[in-house]
Amino acid sequence: MNIYTRRRIANSVVMTLSVAATAFGLLWLVLVLWTLLENGLAAITPALFSQMTPPPGSAGGLLNAIFGSVVMTLIATLVGTPTGILAGTFLAEYSRRSRFGEVVRFINDILLSAPSIIVGLFVYEVMVVRMGHFSAWAGAVALAIIVIPVVVRTTEDMLNLVPNALREAAAALGSPKWKVIVMVSYRAAIQGMVTGVMLAVARIAGETAPLLFTALNNQFWSTDLNAPMANLPVVIFQFAMSPYADWQVLAWGGALLITLTVLFLNIGARMLASWSTFKQ
Amino acid sequence: MPADITVVERIAERGARAGAIGDVVFRALTFLFALFVLLILGGVIVALIDGAWPAFRTFGLSFVVTEVWNPVTEKFGALAPIYGTLVTSAIAMLVGIPVAFGVAVFITEICPLWVKRPLATMIELLAAIPSIIYGIWGLFVFAPFVQQYIQPAIIDTLGQVPGIGALFAGPPLGIGVLTAGFILAIMVLPFISSIMRDVFETVPPMLKESAYGLGATRAEVVWQVVLPFTRVGVVGGIMLGLGRALGETMAVTFVIGNAHRISASILQPGTTISASLSNEFTEAVGDLYLSSLIALGFILFIITFIVLAIAKLMLLELQKRAGS
Repeated sequence: MNIYTRRRIANSVVMTLSVAATAFGLLWLVLVLWTLLENGLAAITPALFSQMTPPPGSAGGLLNAIFGSVVMTLIATLVGTPTGILAGTFLAEYSRRSRFGEVVRFINDILLSAPSIIVGLFVYEVMVVRMGHFSAWAGAVALAIIVIPVVVRTTEDMLNLVPNALREAAAALGSPKWKVIVMVSYRAAIQGMVTGVMLAVARIAGETAPLLFTALNNQFWSTDLNAPMANLPVVIFQFAMSPYADWQVLAWGGALLITLTVLFLNIGARMLASWSTFKQ
Repeated sequence: MPADITVVERIAERGARAGAIGDVVFRALTFLFALFVLLILGGVIVALIDGAWPAFRTFGLSFVVTEVWNPVTEKFGALAPIYGTLVTSAIAMLVGIPVAFGVAVFITEICPLWVKRPLATMIELLAAIPSIIYGIWGLFVFAPFVQQYIQPAIIDTLGQVPGIGALFAGPPLGIGVLTAGFILAIMVLPFISSIMRDVFETVPPMLKESAYGLGATRAEVVWQVVLPFTRVGVVGGIMLGLGRALGETMAVTFVIGNAHRISASILQPGTTISASLSNEFTEAVGDLYLSSLIALGFILFIITFIVLAIAKLMLLELQKRAGS
């Protein structure tokens, strides 16, 4: 076999393996979504949205868990977004080349990938132990800590994409820097920043580990933020691990709800980002 | 008229002063929130050390090398969870890296332009699916499949090979270290492949085109031009994926079996640091038990921090080189 044929064969082998790897990766996405639909659709009934989590053996829904998840996600987003945006603004507008900025950027990237269960432990130590009981507040704070690095990162990236000419034009008109940032940079980068917030919400919508040690779970309807609160991920965890068939069905229903929410947010965020004014 | 000029000047001055104050306030505000990011990390370290202190004081360094985990006699050692964490992550890397590499090569080098975006998005959606979904899927769908088809085949073939046979011994349980590692591989695949893709795209087209011009095949361009140019970034991406795998909680908790022991066989149940935490934390009675669990969390934090820091430094290195 001459060297030319050998190289051609080697090339086709590598390329075939690469295609196979891609197919293999996509296979899991299809498989996971398929089982979710197969098992979850049966559980999507009006009762799922109108009744509380039941004791084993009786009918019920996930209303209290859905409510708890929405409330804690909302609080976490409301706390985490402004924090993240301001910190990201500092990194992009005030410290592009400073030592301090570099350190914050570095630490933020580590927080971004740090195990979420560690965040749960941290909030447990700081809030649950001090307050003496699990609470929805602690759950919301844990989720907010996960939101912050995501928003910091996207805010900084998006502000960096804003052309400097825009800032210089505004500065030349005599506007102070804070006005340049708020009226020009933010406006130019707003789509990207919203994308970041959506991705952050998608990230916390399914987070389970940090809620286990903070919000815990509550079998009943509760709007008290100072008490344990039901939430979808922990209910799914508890119900799926249980031996009761009707609990497992509810777990599948909850899993389908969360996945659809997360995928919807992700695809929405990507579409928004692709309409964004400035491209890399 | 001079009077008018003073009025205008005064207004301008007032505006400038307000602007200057606004600048100071806004800058300070953003600075405080940037500082807050550092404080979170500092707070995590302090809180974990504080919580883990009783365990470290009681067991000393032997905590890290002891396998016993007995809540009844209050003897705790972290060796089994540390071992499980490392082994599951190693399996995840072994399976995940080649696949991620293949996906990245396909997306950057082979696929037609119009498939590129949707395909990349679909692979990244794998990363968006919450960990608990992989867990419930692993427990109800994947583990039974592994138990029925994959594990018996492994036991009959690899399990009979002298030497490495012990690695694949025991009854097919479905759940276990191998299953957990495999699910982790699926979960880290999108992280690694999207970073590989990003760094592959930093290769100047000129370099690749020169190689093609000399008659190189695609595989040769990937091996001899793209990979050498992006080696640091590729390793950085792998480390980032490793950081994810080490700390992954819910998916592992569902399928690893939660047994505090070190089995020679990777088909047997084990535990990881995060799985121990999520299973036992809310049910732990006794300060020493709780403190030992927090100590586990502290060890996990240290390991992931080091891995992620190395990943970040490597990616920064590549960025600097691409920029210069």
